[in-house]
Amino acid sequence: MQEIKDMICPFCGCLCDDITLEIEAGKIVSTDNCCTIGNAKFLGKNRLKNPIKKIDGTWTDITYEEAVDTAVEMLLDADRPLLFGWSGTHGEAQCVGVHMNEILGGVIDNTTSVCHGPSILAIQEVGHPGCTLGQVKNRADLIIYWGCNPIEAHPRHMSRYTTYADGYFLDNAFRNRKVIVVDVRETETAKVADEFIRIKPGGDYAVLSSLRAILRGKSDMIPDSVAGVSKTQLMQVADMCKTCSFGALFFGVGLTMAKGKYKNVRNAIEFVDDLNRHTKFTLTPMRGHWNVYGANEVMAWMTGYPYAVDFCRGVAFYNPGETTAIDILARKECDACMIVASDPAAHFPRACVEQLRDIPLVVIDPFETMTTTIADLQIPVAVTGIDAEGTAYRMDGIPIKVKKAMDSDYPSDTEILTRIYNKMLEVKGL
Amino acid sequence: MKTLLIKNAFVIDPIQHISGETMDIAVRNGKIVDDVKNPDEVIDAQGMLTLPGGIDSHTHICGTKVNFGRYMSPEDMRAGRTSRKGDMHATAGYSVPTTYGNSYRYSRMGYTTLLEGAMAPMEARHTHEEFRYTPMQDCLANTLFDGNWFALQAIQDGDTKRLAGILAWYLSAAKGFGVKLTNPGGTEAWGFGKDVSCINDPIPNFDITPLEIIVKMIEANEMLNLPHSVHLHCNNLGKPGNYMCTLDTYDAIPDINDKRQSLYSTHVQFHSYGGSSWNDFCSKAEDIARSVNDKPHIVIDTGQVMFGKTTTMTADGPMEFNLYRLYHNKWSNHDIEMETGSGIIPVVYRKKNLVNAIMWAIGLELALLVDDPWRCILATDNPNGAPFVKYPEVMALLMSKEYRDKEFETLHKSTGRRVALPAIERELTWDEIAVMTRSAQARALGLIDYGKGYLSEGAEADIAIYPIDVDSTDPARDYERIINGFSTTEYTIKRGEVVCRRGTCTLEGNHSTYWVKPHVSPAYDMSKDAAFIDGFNRYYSIRRANYPVGEEYLGRNVCMETEASI
Repeated sequence: MQEIKDMICPFCGCLCDDITLEIEAGKIVSTDNCCTIGNAKFLGKNRLKNPIKKIDGTWTDITYEEAVDTAVEMLLDADRPLLFGWSGTHGEAQCVGVHMNEILGGVIDNTTSVCHGPSILAIQEVGHPGCTLGQVKNRADLIIYWGCNPIEAHPRHMSRYTTYADGYFLDNAFRNRKVIVVDVRETETAKVADEFIRIKPGGDYAVLSSLRAILRGKSDMIPDSVAGVSKTQLMQVADMCKTCSFGALFFGVGLTMAKGKYKNVRNAIEFVDDLNRHTKFTLTPMRGHWNVYGANEVMAWMTGYPYAVDFCRGVAFYNPGETTAIDILARKECDACMIVASDPAAHFPRACVEQLRDIPLVVIDPFETMTTTIADLQIPVAVTGIDAEGTAYRMDGIPIKVKKAMDSDYPSDTEILTRIYNKMLEVKGL
Repeated sequence: MKTLLIKNAFVIDPIQHISGETMDIAVRNGKIVDDVKNPDEVIDAQGMLTLPGGIDSHTHICGTKVNFGRYMSPEDMRAGRTSRKGDMHATAGYSVPTTYGNSYRYSRMGYTTLLEGAMAPMEARHTHEEFRYTPMQDCLANTLFDGNWFALQAIQDGDTKRLAGILAWYLSAAKGFGVKLTNPGGTEAWGFGKDVSCINDPIPNFDITPLEIIVKMIEANEMLNLPHSVHLHCNNLGKPGNYMCTLDTYDAIPDINDKRQSLYSTHVQFHSYGGSSWNDFCSKAEDIARSVNDKPHIVIDTGQVMFGKTTTMTADGPMEFNLYRLYHNKWSNHDIEMETGSGIIPVVYRKKNLVNAIMWAIGLELALLVDDPWRCILATDNPNGAPFVKYPEVMALLMSKEYRDKEFETLHKSTGRRVALPAIERELTWDEIAVMTRSAQARALGLIDYGKGYLSEGAEADIAIYPIDVDSTDPARDYERIINGFSTTEYTIKRGEVVCRRGTCTLEGNHSTYWVKPHVSPAYDMSKDAAFIDGFNRYYSIRRANYPVGEEYLGRNVCMETEASI
């Protein structure tokens, strides 16, 4: 039995880097320090053994060479190809994806467009006062979780970076830190909060505006209750925020995808901005996929835009709502698609999934997923963090090298995408 | 063994004391050699100004904050887009272009080496990832230490040798090049929303002052025998009256290196302000230049401002927040635990804005009033003062009083009462411009020993050939020709290969990363220091084992090994 320490968990945006793996006979048999979700990923089964292609409605095993040729043919044959996903793979593979999209003249988009896309739109309007997670751990005496439930979605967030983490400037971190949870229902996280603000669905914008009004000395105009939250509680929360030494607001899709969408996030950013005139306050989106933030980073330095990039005019064009995957599919514009490391069939609206089913669809993924069922070709690859390595960006922008625990015969995403890209260059005579 | 012969080049090479000689340059295998027989390629550079490749010793092109500038600014991305063509990838952006955008545009201006001005070591991996996609230039990264807890603690303990050991560990781990201090102490104070006003303010939670940080860092830097000196962004950037802080800082700098400067003071324009408020804001460039003239151990770059839209980005988080409160547009901030801060806001510098007009004049005054061009480097602190594509205009302004006067006419009417510029007659020569755009950088960064900044045998064949006929061009009158000529080379040659021809980049380039690895004695090797390892794992949010950037991120690279005296 071999034990490897300080491994990185490729599941969520926390990118915990203190994982211990035990390996026996080329398999991970147990993990230490992992949350249950991460543990399940490391011990994951159902990996596809070889590329499969649907011929006359039935899956047929094919070689990697045949798979590469098929993928190239499908994508080069399209007028409006879409390369989607990317949040579950390493940055090096994402870079190949961007180069590929340049010569295809297609759309490249990542899962941001269905999670924190609105957050980015808000940031593009008003900016982002943020910090690294260690800054929160060492300094913050007030934590707000708004529209997110870390105990279930980012299980180690509170113990590594916030509530339960030891911090340099806090003698007794757990007692000295206050936690506020804002949500429409009493989640597991809400149960451990010092203050739980229960908002009626769709009321986030109004509650944020009220808090900002109180901060600006306009509490007179606040009614007794705002979206189900009493004025007394709002006054108390505004005071907690104003008088802390370092506050950190974390928010999830409960804010970004609720009524108001990017306007909610904009209001949250401006709330934090206002608070910086009184104390220190920061804001961090709770990014879901382990490398979704990396997909934004890579696409920003390669194309100029963090997601939804359309190269059909040769230059990079960005207009979320038009060039986002959902919209291209819903309009039935997209006529071939390659999905890398994500599972849109499990998350996209029905009309978009139907369009994906009806067009040539290549999936690059180690596992059988919902999307497999509507694909025409799937190419299995190594799992980054298990038998492949590469760079990922944590939810706060910290770049981390995700290491591999073992070798395998599977190609990495970078390797298979590079083969596809090189073949495209060859076919196009570039 | 590829060979190249550049014939009849009109060469200015200040390091070699060559001032406009027509000569041939032979290249073999990426290096300049005495002669080549039957060269593979011949370039006739008859009537063309030929200089060593340009070096930018302070620019922001790669890394977390630069990329956040892109991420938050689709309006800037729209302002400069090209599609994929030939060997060139698509680009986007004006003040914060994509990595390819930076690389191609610098290359067409003849620049072959770039120093990223501010890399937080914790985010170094990101900078190196972007360097990989900056193919046409060699890259180096200044590494931020202004708020590093281990460093501040060692200074507080009076242990300069330990401080040097800490710098050595971080520089090697981050694959960094130089020691950068941005508003020393101020970025740590910003962790709780505070700042320091100048070098004698105590730093919250540490019993030391910015002055102690600066002086001890200089001593530690020299213990490591690093190629470059400490690279300082002074305290109190951008505030009226801050010139006193700058002068006090300069007065405290020890002269302890006989080969090069002991301090590189960056974007000094932003630190040369008089007045007590924005109402009586004025230039103090004369005072600053006088101080620099008296201190041969200080090198500055100007941090020139040019009019138009740009994006400001710096590790100086509190400064960006102050600037945001003036502009009220959009503000990003990113504090980095135990190390430093950063902030970004877009700005517009306007001719009719009196403060902006004075800032423009100060940068030019510094370049014209510092006597020795070897100690006054031309830079805009890209993109803070202006995007680097404005360099040719800056050169023309410095070479032509007529052009300066013409521009001055268009500024806010009160500018003349607040600046000395209209009275300055000096027009910089071709040689001085060559010094201020490559030779001085090579010397200040300690890169001459690594074959950069000159064109004699043994040097790297990094060469810029401009379509400028010096004999028939009077820069004082023909400033449009200066701007056009320096904007686009006839040939840019990187390590012996033509990488850019009249603005079209012709191949992927051959990038290298330069980084330092100081060798220290076991007593100061932090990788074996229990207190360091324990503090690291306790207070950082990542494990020490996962922190260092592996060489796989560098590709081809030059490890600059030094023997430390500790």
